Amino acid sequence: MKRRLLIPVLSALALAMATPAMAESPKQGGSIVVTYKDDIVTLDPAIGYDWVNWSMIKSLFSRLMDYKPGTAELMPSLAESYDISKDGLTYTFKLRKGVKFHNGREVVAQDVKYSLERALDPKTESPGAGFFDSIAGVDPFKKGKSKDVKGIAVVDPSTVKFTLSRPDATFLHVMALNFASVVPKEAVQAAGKDFGKKPVGSGAFMLSEWKLGQQLVFKRNPDYFQSGVPLLDQITFQVGLEPMTAILKLEKGEADFAGDGIPPAKFLQIRNDPKFKDSIVEGGQLQTGYVTMNVQMKPFDKLEVRQAVNMAIDKQRIVKIINNRAVPANQPLPPSMPGYDKTFEGYPYDPAKAKELLKQAGLEKGFKTVLYVYNVDPNPRIAQAIQEDLKKIGIEVQIKSLAQANVIAAGGKAKTAPMIWSGGMAWIADFPDPSNFYGPILGCAGAVPGGWNWSWYCNKELDARAAKADAMSDPSKAAERMEAWRGIFTDIMKDAPWVPIFNEQRFTMRSKRVGGADALYVDPVRIPINYDHIHLSGN
Amino acid sequence: MIRHLAGRLGQAALLLVGVSFITFILLYILPADPARQLAGRSATPETVETIRQQLGLDRPFHEQYLRYLGNLVQGDLGRSYTQKTEVAEVVAARLPPTLLLMAAAIVVELMIGLTIGVLAALRPGSRFDQGAMIVSFIGVSTPQFVGGILMLYVFSVQLDWFPVGGYGTFRHLVLPAVTLGVLGAGWYSRMMRSSMLDVLARDFIRTARAKGIPETRVVVVHALRNAVLPVIAMIGIDVGLFMSGAVIVESVFGWPGIGQLAWQAIQQVDIPIIMGVTLVAAVAIVLGNLIADLVAPFVDPRIRLR
Repeated sequence: MKRRLLIPVLSALALAMATPAMAESPKQGGSIVVTYKDDIVTLDPAIGYDWVNWSMIKSLFSRLMDYKPGTAELMPSLAESYDISKDGLTYTFKLRKGVKFHNGREVVAQDVKYSLERALDPKTESPGAGFFDSIAGVDPFKKGKSKDVKGIAVVDPSTVKFTLSRPDATFLHVMALNFASVVPKEAVQAAGKDFGKKPVGSGAFMLSEWKLGQQLVFKRNPDYFQSGVPLLDQITFQVGLEPMTAILKLEKGEADFAGDGIPPAKFLQIRNDPKFKDSIVEGGQLQTGYVTMNVQMKPFDKLEVRQAVNMAIDKQRIVKIINNRAVPANQPLPPSMPGYDKTFEGYPYDPAKAKELLKQAGLEKGFKTVLYVYNVDPNPRIAQAIQEDLKKIGIEVQIKSLAQANVIAAGGKAKTAPMIWSGGMAWIADFPDPSNFYGPILGCAGAVPGGWNWSWYCNKELDARAAKADAMSDPSKAAERMEAWRGIFTDIMKDAPWVPIFNEQRFTMRSKRVGGADALYVDPVRIPINYDHIHLSGN
Repeated sequence: MIRHLAGRLGQAALLLVGVSFITFILLYILPADPARQLAGRSATPETVETIRQQLGLDRPFHEQYLRYLGNLVQGDLGRSYTQKTEVAEVVAARLPPTLLLMAAAIVVELMIGLTIGVLAALRPGSRFDQGAMIVSFIGVSTPQFVGGILMLYVFSVQLDWFPVGGYGTFRHLVLPAVTLGVLGAGWYSRMMRSSMLDVLARDFIRTARAKGIPETRVVVVHALRNAVLPVIAMIGIDVGLFMSGAVIVESVFGWPGIGQLAWQAIQQVDIPIIMGVTLVAAVAIVLGNLIADLVAPFVDPRIRLR
């Protein structure tokens, strides 16, 4: 059985639904100024992996799959349609015809294969190489035992077929990652290592100027395959401006969007200023801030102790400490992630009950422990709040405030850090699928030296359930799969390896000149904003 | 003279090797792992290991350093870890703005510093003198981050005289140059004041006055000319001060110089860039001091080059 999606119809429908701002029928044209603190590191889609270049790369390049603007819903992009075999092991993508790279050449199936193999080639040093492990033949290719990835086959110039070594329900998300962007071989070879400074893609914008350390200019790609997109003619990225300076620039009308957000020191003032009421868009993030408890270390090997800590921390107060820039959390998944359980209540704040649980664990006199924390504000302040809360139930917490790398190193070393506050290093999903929130940070695979599972929690039964959920690649089973994930994450909380503290909110500040649906300014995938679909207001 | 110069250049080269060695050690013992940093948050340990090998970070320290030095001798500063571009290219793109900013800051500090210094010296102990010295002291001690933001707020946002940060025109240059220059002006006003007082107390000034030369002429022609030279000779040393000051001022004003580049590279543990910037800064400081040394004997014949 094959499922062929009526892509053109669906995507047209999706676009119409996803951009409610269309109601004001934005006119195409105009230009905006965006500021960032740091110079853009690279625009090479195989390399770029930070908050600044992530959505810039999305606008310069296209991938087989993409997301509906402002949402976490997948849609075909460079692909016109796709088939998934019944066993979930074969994905066949039909490419759109006539799509052109910025250099004028048409995009063909061979480019897809080349681009992925480039990202997988160890010489490229791509941080994204690990995402493609489910494609058959990746391992021998990475180790240099095979000249190409056998699992990626070019059937004809407009058809590419992937064979997986195991069913992977997240595969379509993986094909929407920046690392899966399609690049023209001739441009990559011409630029060599400098491709990140001379990017050539087939996205909505093309790079027209880059003055190192000063500014970059994106110009509208007139041949972009999606008609009417992008809406802006030009985006100028001014780099090197401190967030504080950027806000002043925005206030004065010299910039339209402060890329690094509102600096904490100015947050309350700006948030409470009626002048900026319409300039700030609030949205969720695929992020959770949590405290890990190392289940391999005493006394956190006892379930009651972990539960007690969960009930002793006043999350509401912590949220207040960071000026309400977050919402309290009760489970690992953030609310904007599919699979989040709205009905789950988690552990209530109940210090009396917590004390009782400690008593049950035979620790009524309390104990001493160490909390590792990244030494950049507001994390030490949050750690102090946790310290005060835990003192109330008799737990003496010593705070170890260290550089980020030291905390990460301690977390990845067995029996080293009893507790870690994840702030500033917290897990942020690479793609909007709950699976991305499990394996590395809560599954057995991450509980290894150098891993990110800082609780060292390894539940074989949950691992099996996770593997089963991720094998449900049949799109018609999507709901069932989400249900399975929902259960996994709430069941994890029964074992309480974490104290989920809060989910950070995003606050985007924009000028009055720009318009478009609010969702585009807190796009869950195009972080921080969706450059392709925003437009000038009032025209 | 030429022998002296050759000797000094030889010393400078040794000094640079020393600087590179110390910086390299510091970066080596840094707990931050560049490979980990590059690989990003969801990389498998395997990916991190591959990247480490690619960068040669798995090699022992002496091997890494000798390789770096070997490349350096051939004029190769290496490639940035994060940007993958040539360090020389990145640094070269950032150097002109920093040099421009420094030159402008030197003009500003001399204008402010010398004027205040001379005026204060003419009436030592007066209210102006005391006030000027207090202001200088504040200028020297104000954190540049605070000073910069304050300048932006007053002169750009409130008064709308200058653009809020950026690079390109003269108007962009004024505020960062003044912020940086005010810091130096504090030193210069104090140096100028004492140098001027020193000269004004000399015999030849008394002689000049006794000859009935008008006071303005005594001050401007006789005293100032003699007093200003030792002060000007210090400019070379400023280079070091400005190199460190530039890191903050450039960040506040979005000035695309090497200070800003250094700050970004440090956050990203981009070792080749950090090394490159450190070496360029060291060269600038060494040259600045060398120039100050070479100029000194011309200004004050009592100093001899040996």
